[in-house]
Amino acid sequence: MTDSQRRQRILALTPWERLAEHWERLGIRPGYRCVRGPEVGMAMVRGRMGGTGRAFNLGEMTLTRASVQLTDEVVPDAPLGHGWVKGRHARHAELIALVDACAQRGDWAVAIDEGLVAPLDAALAVERDAHGRQAAATRVDFFTLVRGE
Amino acid sequence: MYVAVKGGEQAIANAHRWLADRRRGERNTPELEVTQVEQQLRLAVARVMAEASLYDPELASLAIKQASGDMVEAVFLLRAYRTTLPRLAETLPLDTSSMRIERRISAAYKDIPGGQVLGPTYDYTHRLLDFLQLANAEVDTPAAAEQRLADCPQVLELLDAEGLIEREADDGSEPYDITRDPPDFPVDRATRLQMLARGDEGYLLALGYSTQRGYGRNHPFAGEIRLGNVEVEIAVEEHEGPVCIGEIEISECQMINQFGGSREVAPQFTRGYGLAFGHNERKTMAMALVDRALRAEELGEPVTGPAQQAEFVLAHADSVEAAGFVSHLKLPHYVDFQSELELLRRLRRNHARRHGGTPPDAADSHADADNTSAPVGSNAALGEEHS
Repeated sequence: MTDSQRRQRILALTPWERLAEHWERLGIRPGYRCVRGPEVGMAMVRGRMGGTGRAFNLGEMTLTRASVQLTDEVVPDAPLGHGWVKGRHARHAELIALVDACAQRGDWAVAIDEGLVAPLDAALAVERDAHGRQAAATRVDFFTLVRGE
Repeated sequence: MYVAVKGGEQAIANAHRWLADRRRGERNTPELEVTQVEQQLRLAVARVMAEASLYDPELASLAIKQASGDMVEAVFLLRAYRTTLPRLAETLPLDTSSMRIERRISAAYKDIPGGQVLGPTYDYTHRLLDFLQLANAEVDTPAAAEQRLADCPQVLELLDAEGLIEREADDGSEPYDITRDPPDFPVDRATRLQMLARGDEGYLLALGYSTQRGYGRNHPFAGEIRLGNVEVEIAVEEHEGPVCIGEIEISECQMINQFGGSREVAPQFTRGYGLAFGHNERKTMAMALVDRALRAEELGEPVTGPAQQAEFVLAHADSVEAAGFVSHLKLPHYVDFQSELELLRRLRRNHARRHGGTPPDAADSHADADNTSAPVGSNAALGEEHS
């Protein structure tokens, strides 16, 4: 998984409010424009027969995508960034795309990975741990009854 | 022939206004929030998403509110909304073995790696009405263990490792998509699974039950049922590898069924598979039973029960189509009915002539006069169907 894919994954899994708050705190505020979207559409979700076999179409899910270009640098090849997120939240997709664009500037990449992606990843890990411990609490411990004498 | 009928605009407007009032209920009761539906009627939301074939909990909740809780109407609303959106991507097939498990049980093995995990289930409840909920009593937070749940590999992989169950392998084929091209019977298993996944739960439940009662028996065991969150990935041209767009909640059921085999292949257990959006356990169990029943022909079994007849089962599984065709009987059929009346009168006249009875009475012609001058129906500007 590339850094860019890793960022996309963490930012898409993070709830919008938390993402917006952490981004705000990071203090990177470049000029940018949307070159595609944000656009709401669907992805056809596929499953596999028996979990491991041939693919089949299960049904669709809503999906929002956006692409942005930084406008601060007056250069023709200003970085493009892309974002995708399940659901219909335009600003969420747009912010993922913006982070993706910003992370292509070396000086911001470190700040983004250390100041945004790492803490969001840690927050998800805490939630997943709590969820996993709740599931574990409903795990059955079998014991054998000794019958008769 | 199409006969234009017009009228009823004011009646329709007032009917919808009254409906909105009924949906809202008494104004001194707080209005239902869509987030309340999403949070507190989660299983209803899951059912609407599965049968509408669109995963979006907020919109499914809105559909349930708007439909006053009529699930078939809510499915119709969400299915209709679906047609307004462009398709941006196909996902990679979900990897259900990497699911973040909430619930995972097997009725085939007691001791399985990861264990029997009950999760949030209505099983083992006493099905007694809980009057505390009338008073909105607070509920406890969930219990948490010291350690998080260990990995839960797929139970059927244990059987597969010994060669005791038919292997499901991916041949890389592109699945047929009934939303792009209508199904053309006979259909392959991928098409069947897509149609079953959006099929009405009650209908699939009844068909699955019929196989258990002997109409196409196939001796199922619930090999594994799992519920949890799975990350969804799409392939995009901007990245070399797939990108994750978030997580969705999924239910899966793997049924183990009695044997198949041939001269070349030693006897093996066979599989039935169910998969659905959200917390939808009963649906996936029914789907797995019907999936297995529909494989009768492929596995060389006699087709004896209704659940084994693919065209019958699949052509009637969609609640939007079924409700639409049944509901169309409410549309004006005045001309159709007049022609039936004419025919009936003629038959009765002939009958009377042959058997020397009394000729049709005056009441009949009176009713006829009433009917032709009856006010036109409530479907403004709708043409009357005349077949």
